[in-house]
Amino acid sequence: MAGRTGRRRLITALDANAERLGVRIGMAVTKAQALVPGLIIADSDPAAETEGLTKLALWALQRISPVVMADPPDGLVIDTTGADHLHGGEAAMLADMIKRFAASGVEARAAVADTWGAAHAAARFIARPAIIIPPGESEAMLRTLPLQALRLDPETVSGLITLGFETVGELLEQPRAPLALRFGPEIGRRLDQALGRIAEPVDPVRSPELIEARKVFGEPIGAAETIARYIAKLVDALCLELEKHGLGARRLDLLFHRVDNTMQYVRIGMAQPVRDPKRLTRLFRDKLETVDPGFGIEIMVLVAIETEPVREKQTISSLVEEPEPDVSDLVDVLANRVGDRMLCRFTPVQSDVPERSVARIPPLAPETGLTWEGDWPRPPRLLPRPEPVETMALLPDHPPVWFTWRGVRRRVRRADGPERIRGEWWKRDAELTTVRDYFRVEDETGERYWLFRSGDGEHEDSGSQRWFLHGIFG
Amino acid sequence: MPSHSVSPAIAELRERIAHLEGPGGRARSVLPFGLKDIDRRLPGGGLGLGCLHEVAGGGNGAVDGAAAALFTAGIAARTKGKVLWVVTRPDLFAPAIAQAGLAPDRVIHVEAGDEKALLACFEEGLRHGGLGAVVAETARLSMTASRRLQLAAESSNTIGLALRRWRRQTEAGDFGQPTASITRWRVSVLPSRPLPVPGLCRARWLVELIRCRAGESGDFEVEACDDTGRLALPSEVADRSPQKEIGRRIASG
Repeated sequence: MAGRTGRRRLITALDANAERLGVRIGMAVTKAQALVPGLIIADSDPAAETEGLTKLALWALQRISPVVMADPPDGLVIDTTGADHLHGGEAAMLADMIKRFAASGVEARAAVADTWGAAHAAARFIARPAIIIPPGESEAMLRTLPLQALRLDPETVSGLITLGFETVGELLEQPRAPLALRFGPEIGRRLDQALGRIAEPVDPVRSPELIEARKVFGEPIGAAETIARYIAKLVDALCLELEKHGLGARRLDLLFHRVDNTMQYVRIGMAQPVRDPKRLTRLFRDKLETVDPGFGIEIMVLVAIETEPVREKQTISSLVEEPEPDVSDLVDVLANRVGDRMLCRFTPVQSDVPERSVARIPPLAPETGLTWEGDWPRPPRLLPRPEPVETMALLPDHPPVWFTWRGVRRRVRRADGPERIRGEWWKRDAELTTVRDYFRVEDETGERYWLFRSGDGEHEDSGSQRWFLHGIFG
Repeated sequence: MPSHSVSPAIAELRERIAHLEGPGGRARSVLPFGLKDIDRRLPGGGLGLGCLHEVAGGGNGAVDGAAAALFTAGIAARTKGKVLWVVTRPDLFAPAIAQAGLAPDRVIHVEAGDEKALLACFEEGLRHGGLGAVVAETARLSMTASRRLQLAAESSNTIGLALRRWRRQTEAGDFGQPTASITRWRVSVLPSRPLPVPGLCRARWLVELIRCRAGESGDFEVEACDDTGRLALPSEVADRSPQKEIGRRIASG
């Protein structure tokens, strides 16, 4: 990609192949062409790029967090405070984000840090796809990075390099006044922003088609009861608007603009589209304790980020058939409390391998009416992975006489088996010949365990012939 | 409860107590086990529906809670409607629960991050009122927490089952601490009856009713849940009943 800066044509973006051949961003186009014969050059279109970035930002807004901002030319700023646990922690969130971007053909690097400035620097100047800077360690990280990491304009950076500065750490050691005199206040401001000494508000993107309700207060509010009262009013207003469009909300964001120019937000998700004000208010009220009003809240904005058409259902009015109680509101309350992924129903999968026979489905998925087939009893507790045990057993198909598990030796009194489970060769080639022989054994005190031998006891290629404990019966 | 030979003074007192206990205090519906020996000990002839019950395992069962989980699943299977099952350690194997009569479509599993979130989910489930039963696998249950849960269960007439399960055997002494639950059970495994051929027959449990408000405690030796969640009394006949044997002989002859 080539762009125009003044009268010079410069390289503005390049792919991995070009980089390997020595082309760099900021290089003159003529020089790059001389370096790599046959270089494909396309003119960049800044307007289209900004538009694409805004689209990405809107996608992130729906998926990740309510406060997202496009950071041209090539970045997204996402405030994930309080949103990471819904994605299974910061590391999982970043990994998931990068994977999703990769799936749509965008190569991305992500970083989480205390401040916008620190995250900006880490994402661009540490050569790893996902970086998490623990709270309070931003300064140590920043010290080692080059001056370009500070989001200063190129002239200032080159001026500083002329003076002999190389890293942010060296700049931090210097007294501020002479630097400000020479380069203006920009350096001090960027340093303070990166270290979190002054606030840097994020102005979230909004799409015009989002339905929202807004309340501006003449006098900032702070009391929990007052906030709760206005939440109810906002929810009412939003539900009226949703009803006009025939929609129900799947995801709602409530943003609080505080007087100190920072933002707090609450996001709730619903398993089904909802526009019942009582239910929505209830969900917000549960989360209210996470909001810190600080010196007061000036503006409250309620936005329906994801909406879906609502299908009205007729309730059963027959006297014979009892209506099934609706638990979707409970599912919503719990999902917003512990996270969406922590709720599930288990459903059978056609597989004899125990750990593969169970799949998770959403709690409100339609009823399948299926259950696990087979008469062999299954243990109520299954170990996360089979644990090796020491045993003494007759080959090929006798249960063990005794076994030692977690340092305790147990004599087997009675046993049942083997139940032979063959590997699923259509899943992995290695499972073509593998076999597991499962035994239910009972020890002297009546405790029952689920043991298996990896292998059929005769053929070497059927498994390691070692014994494992896989579950505990009641 | 014997209702004969009651003096009017006592009858009046009872009425007043019932009034104090609020609606549903006395006329609680119950879930019988279907075993006379057990139901006889429980007030009303079964487990109270709008109540909190505690179940723990004995011996190693205090840690793995396997028998206790099946016992609980058996109770939940005999209720109507959906069941909420809240855990902190995700090692419950759903096929076993289905084999105790609790169909997979009926159970919503919740994995709470910690004990505090677990109790909050437990209470939320009990307050909702649309569920058949709420099961929570918890280690700690304080008097205050259990009182809240009991009130939540009363308000919605949903049965609450606290499956007590600890990380270590030594922590199981916590089960002696008082709580506001209506009944408290301990389920331990017993050696099963030997079969004349190699194999295992139905598991056998020692079910101890340690505490029961307005009822007696007691020990019962039962056979584990069948596929509809029902317990059975073990038959004491050595191999099989002679009646059946005669019937078979006639049938084959």
